[in-house]
Amino acid sequence: MDFFNEAHVEAAKDLLYKMADDQLIIGHRNSEWTGLGPILEEDIAFSSMAQDKLGQSEHLYNLLHELGEADADTVAFTRNANQFHSCHFVEYPIGEYDFSLMRHFLFDMAEAIRFEMLVNSSYENLAMIARKFKGEIKYHTMHANTWVKQLAQGNEESKARMQSALNECWPLALGIFEPGKHEDVLKEAGIFEGEEALQAQWLQEVTKLLTDCGLVIPENVTPSYGGRKCEHTDHLQPLLDEMTEVYAIDPSADW
Amino acid sequence: MIKSLDPRIDRAKIDHDPIDPLKELDQFPTFEVFHQTKRGQQHVHVGIVHAPNADMALLYAKEQYARRGETSNLWVVPSSEVTATHYFDDDIFETTPEKIHRDPATYKVMDRIKAYKERNKTNA
Repeated sequence: MDFFNEAHVEAAKDLLYKMADDQLIIGHRNSEWTGLGPILEEDIAFSSMAQDKLGQSEHLYNLLHELGEADADTVAFTRNANQFHSCHFVEYPIGEYDFSLMRHFLFDMAEAIRFEMLVNSSYENLAMIARKFKGEIKYHTMHANTWVKQLAQGNEESKARMQSALNECWPLALGIFEPGKHEDVLKEAGIFEGEEALQAQWLQEVTKLLTDCGLVIPENVTPSYGGRKCEHTDHLQPLLDEMTEVYAIDPSADW
Repeated sequence: MIKSLDPRIDRAKIDHDPIDPLKELDQFPTFEVFHQTKRGQQHVHVGIVHAPNADMALLYAKEQYARRGETSNLWVVPSSEVTATHYFDDDIFETTPEKIHRDPATYKVMDRIKAYKERNKTNA
């Protein structure tokens, strides 16, 4: 990032933090299904994708380390809830499988589009990572899309459950796109096209798929903002306490 | 009354087995999975997955059988579409010893190959 000025670096850090924190938290949440999935095959697939998310977050934390932040483990395991930049969506408990699937669908679609945009980023190391994750993320959206189509067009119960999960998820999903304070800098430097552009494209894609299979997009919804400013719901701190339980026993241990 | 080696179970005086037996077809249909390592190579049968339909079977096949190592393509085929021989007919695979001429491993050709090589060596 030699050719960027200080404002650019600050903006890039903010972007990296929210992406990495989102992935770490949703990866941990989704891993809570391990051993409890609806069938063996789905259990393996969902756990494996959760693991992908953790791996991806590590790559992003490593980029932050290059920009002067602490190393990945320290950043991931020693912060409190009020230092996390993740959106509220990812910290919500897994609920029933319909909620987790709908979250997986809405979140991963946003993630896929975000990384697609970043492939052309002027921040070359981030662009490289975006290209590297392409295959993994493509499988994640393929998995999510197939499930949502299947259940939204299944029987009365599955349709009703998908619609109610969608209603519950929608304000939280809109919180993914809470604008940060560096949007203009990111755009001007060619690092990222911004949350507004991302949301517009996401809205188009999810609306098409969901309405095609008969679901109704909720209207007049207030987005659940605050996460990007490190203001969280009561769900995040207990998650962090559990996630860091082993690490906290001996932070200097070598794994 | 359920009788058990565990006295706690006996003391509980359970008069029926509380675990219902699995209903028939209480799982998704089975798909056979075929894995291709490189383009152009044969697809090789690697196992099965359970899934409600072929699309989902492919999703699961990817995680079960293509997570590690090289993969270029996967097939899934409903197990119900496979036609098989019967094990009670497995005697059709037995070959009588008199027909060893059908087995290429029994041909004694090395002598002739050696002779050919010798000939070419002297000619050259």
